[in-house]
Amino acid sequence: MAAKVDAISNVEMQVGEESYLTAKKGLKSWLFTLDHKRIGIMYLGSVMFAFLLGGLMALLVRLELLTPGKTIVGPKTYNQLFTLHGAIMVFLFIIPSIPASLGNFVLPLLLGAKDVAFPRLNLASYYIYVFGAIFCVYSIIAGAVDTGWTFYTPYSSTTDTSVISMTLGVFILGFSSIFTGLNFIATIHKLRAPGMTWSKMPLFCWGIYATSVIQVMATPVLGITLLLLVMERALGVGIFDPQLGGDPVLFQHFFWFYSHPAVYIMILPGMAIISEIIPVFSRKTIFGYRAIALSSVAIAIIGFLVWGHHMFTSGQSELATMIFSMLTFLVAIPSGIKVFNWVATMYKGRIVLRAPMLYALSFLFLFTIGGLTGIFLGAIAVDIHLHDTYFVVAHFHYVMMGGTAMAFFGGLHYWWPKMTGKMYSEKLAKIAWAITFIGFNMTFLTQFALGSQGMPRRYYNYLDQFQPLHAFSSVGSWFLGLGFLLMVLYLLASLRSGEKAQANPWGGATFEWTISSPPPEHNFHHQPVAKRGPYEYSVEVGR
Amino acid sequence: MGIFAPFLPIQGSEHAERVDVLYDFIFYLDIFFFVLIVGGLIYIVLKYRDRGEEREVPQFSHHFALEVTWSVVPLILVIVIFFWGFNSYITSRVAPNDSMEVRVTAKKWQWEFEYPDGTRTLNELHVPIGRPVKLIMASVDVIHSFYLPTMREKMDVLPNRYTALTFTPKVEGEHQIYCTEYCGDGHSEMLAKLYVESEAAYKKWLETGGFDEKTPLNQIGAELYKKRACVTCHSIDGSRIQGPSFKGLYGKTEQIVGLGPVQVDDNYLRESIVNPNAKVVEGYPSGLMPTYKGLLKDREIDALIEYIKTLK
Repeated sequence: MAAKVDAISNVEMQVGEESYLTAKKGLKSWLFTLDHKRIGIMYLGSVMFAFLLGGLMALLVRLELLTPGKTIVGPKTYNQLFTLHGAIMVFLFIIPSIPASLGNFVLPLLLGAKDVAFPRLNLASYYIYVFGAIFCVYSIIAGAVDTGWTFYTPYSSTTDTSVISMTLGVFILGFSSIFTGLNFIATIHKLRAPGMTWSKMPLFCWGIYATSVIQVMATPVLGITLLLLVMERALGVGIFDPQLGGDPVLFQHFFWFYSHPAVYIMILPGMAIISEIIPVFSRKTIFGYRAIALSSVAIAIIGFLVWGHHMFTSGQSELATMIFSMLTFLVAIPSGIKVFNWVATMYKGRIVLRAPMLYALSFLFLFTIGGLTGIFLGAIAVDIHLHDTYFVVAHFHYVMMGGTAMAFFGGLHYWWPKMTGKMYSEKLAKIAWAITFIGFNMTFLTQFALGSQGMPRRYYNYLDQFQPLHAFSSVGSWFLGLGFLLMVLYLLASLRSGEKAQANPWGGATFEWTISSPPPEHNFHHQPVAKRGPYEYSVEVGR
Repeated sequence: MGIFAPFLPIQGSEHAERVDVLYDFIFYLDIFFFVLIVGGLIYIVLKYRDRGEEREVPQFSHHFALEVTWSVVPLILVIVIFFWGFNSYITSRVAPNDSMEVRVTAKKWQWEFEYPDGTRTLNELHVPIGRPVKLIMASVDVIHSFYLPTMREKMDVLPNRYTALTFTPKVEGEHQIYCTEYCGDGHSEMLAKLYVESEAAYKKWLETGGFDEKTPLNQIGAELYKKRACVTCHSIDGSRIQGPSFKGLYGKTEQIVGLGPVQVDDNYLRESIVNPNAKVVEGYPSGLMPTYKGLLKDREIDALIEYIKTLK
C-alpha cells in the first residue's frame, strides 16, 4: 500500500521525533495550543458531543411520536425537545462540523502549509464556540426554548422560555463561524504550496473556500437579527412584534437571508469531502474538476438570492414568490452537475469499497433523493400544499443528514487514520454503516408520504390515520441511533487497540498522505511542492 | 392520477386536480432521474469493483459535450416546472367576483369564522358546494397558518395584516383544517373542520346552527366540547392541560385569585365562558382563554353547562 510520493523525507518521522499528539504533554498544552491539528481535534470532540446531545433529543421526539397524544412527555416538553434538537444540530453540530473540525485539521495539510494563516484567531474561534455553547446549554436549564430553531416572531418575543440566552448563544457562535471562515479564506489565498495553482488545488479546498465566503458574508445578518430580537424582548423596542408596531414577516426575511445561505454553509463542505473520497477509492482522476470547483462558487452566489422560497405562504407578494421560485430552480443545477460528475468519476474506475467510500455512496444515494424532492418544493403550487408538512422535514433531513452528516462521517473515516494514527475495525464500520443507512431511510422516506398526505410538522399530537407511518418512522430512528452508537464505540476502541495506521492507507495523492500518521507537529519537514494535480494516481499508487 | 395517489388527500377542488398533475409529473420525472443516477451508480459499483485483479484504469478528466448536456437538459426541465407551478399558483390566488367572503380569526388555539350574515362559529366552517369561497384572515396573537390539504391550499395568518385564501369546493363532506405555523403548546390541537354541503343544507345550518330541537342539551354540550375547542385546554379525565379539568368541576369549591373560595355553579360557569378572566382559579394563567361571547348561542352555553354537570 505504499504510495509513490514526491518528497521522500516527508514520509517518516525523523529519529526521536514525536507526533503532534505527543510532542507536548499536559492539559495546558492542549488548552493553549495554536496547532491547527489539535484545535481540529478539540472541535471534533465538541461537535461530536453536540451531535450525541441533539441525536438524543431527536430520539425522544420520535419516541413521543410513536403514538398520538401523550407517549412520554407533555406538549410543552415536546416543543422544547424539537426546538433544542434543531438548534443544537444546526448551530452546534452541522455548521461547525466539517469546516471547523475536519477542515481545521486537513486544510493546511492539503495546501502543504504548516498551519492556518492566523493560528491565534483559530484558537479564539474555538473558545468563542465553547462560550456560545455554554449560553445554549444554560438556556436548556433555564427554561428551554420552545420556539422552533427558526425563532419566528411574534411567538419568540412573547413566549416565557429563555429565548434571550439561546439567541445570544447563537449570536456568539456566529463569531466563531466568521473567524473560521476568515482564517480559511486567508489561508487558501496565501499559504498554498509552491506550484499549487488554483486549478491544482484539491476540491476540498474549493468547497471550504466557497463555504468560508458565505460564512463571512451571511453570518453578520443573523447576528444583527438575533440582537434585534433580544432588544425587542429585553427593552421592548418594536421591530418584529406587531403589538409594539413591528412586522413579524420582516424577521422571516432577515432570518432566511442568513439561514438559506447557511444551508450551503452546511452542504458545500459535505460536497467537498465527497470530491476527495470518490477519486481516491475509484483510483481515478476526478471528472470535471473545473465544473465541480466553479459549481461550488455558483451555489455560494445564487444561494444568497433564494431565501424567499421559505416564505411562499408567508404573505409575501406573488411577484416575490415568482422570482424566488425561479432562482431556486437555478440553484438546483450546480448541485445536479456535481452529482453527475461524481458518478462519472467512478465510471471505469477501480472501486474499493472501504468505509469512507461506503459513506460517500450513501451520500450520493441520499443526497440525490434530497435534491430531487426539492423540485416538488420549488414548484410554487405544489409547495403551497407541502410547506410546513413532514415532506419538508424529510427533504431537509435527506440533504442535511443524508448529505452533510454522511459526508462528515465519510470524511471522519477517511482521515481518522491520519488524525489518530490508528485504524478502526473495517468490519464493524461496515455493519454500523449498513444499520445507519437502513435506519435513515426507514425514518425519513416514510415522512415524504406523511407530508404528502398533509401531516403538519411540529405537531405534538396527530390524527389516528397517520399512526402507522409515524410508528414506522420512530422504529427507524432506533436503528439510526444504534448505528451511530456502534460507530462511536468502534472509533473510541480503535484509539486504544486499533492497528497502527500507515502514512497512506488509502493511496491518496494529496499532501496529507505524504507525511506520517499521525503527522509531526510542524506537518512537513520540507516545504512540499505541487508537481502534479491532486487526483493523478500513478500505477504504483494504492495497491 | 398515478400510482402515487394514495399519498395525496382527496381532491376537493379543480385546483387540487391541477396541482396533483404537476405533483405526479415531478414524481415520475424524479423516478426517472433517480433510476438514472442511482441505477447507474449501482451498475458502476458492481461492474468496476476492485476484485484484486491488475487492470489499467483509464484516466479521463472531462467531456465537454456530455457536461453541457447534463447541465442544459435539467435546466430546461426545471424551467418548464417553474412556469407550470407558477401558473397554477397564480390562478388559485385570484378570487372570482362572486366569491362568498368569510372572515377568519386565528387565536391560540382556535379558528373563528364569521359569515356574511353575522353568524359566527368556532372550528367549523360550513360552505355550500360549488360556490367560490374567499377567506379573509387575521390573527390576534402569533402567526398561524390555515391549511386545507384537500384543496391543496395554505396561507399564513398574521397578526398585523390580512391575508386571503380562495377555494371552490366540489366534493361534499368533511374536510380537515390544520394550523401549520408553529404557535405553542396547543399547536397540534388547533384543528378545524370544513363542511361542504348542498345549498339547501347550508341554508338550514345557517338557521339552526346544526342542532335540532329534540337533541338533549348535554349531548349537544358533549359535541360542542370537542367542536368548540374546549378539549384543547380542559380535560374530562381529571388531568391538567392548560386549564382546570371539567371532571368533578360542577359543585366543587375553587380558590379564585383575589376572591378566595368560590363554589362552581351555573352562573360561575356561564361567566367563565363569556368572560373567562373575571374569576381565574389559582395556579392557572390569567388571560390565556379567549372569550366565547358571541361565539356561542345561549342554548349552546346551557348545553355546555349541562354537559359539565354530567362529568362527575
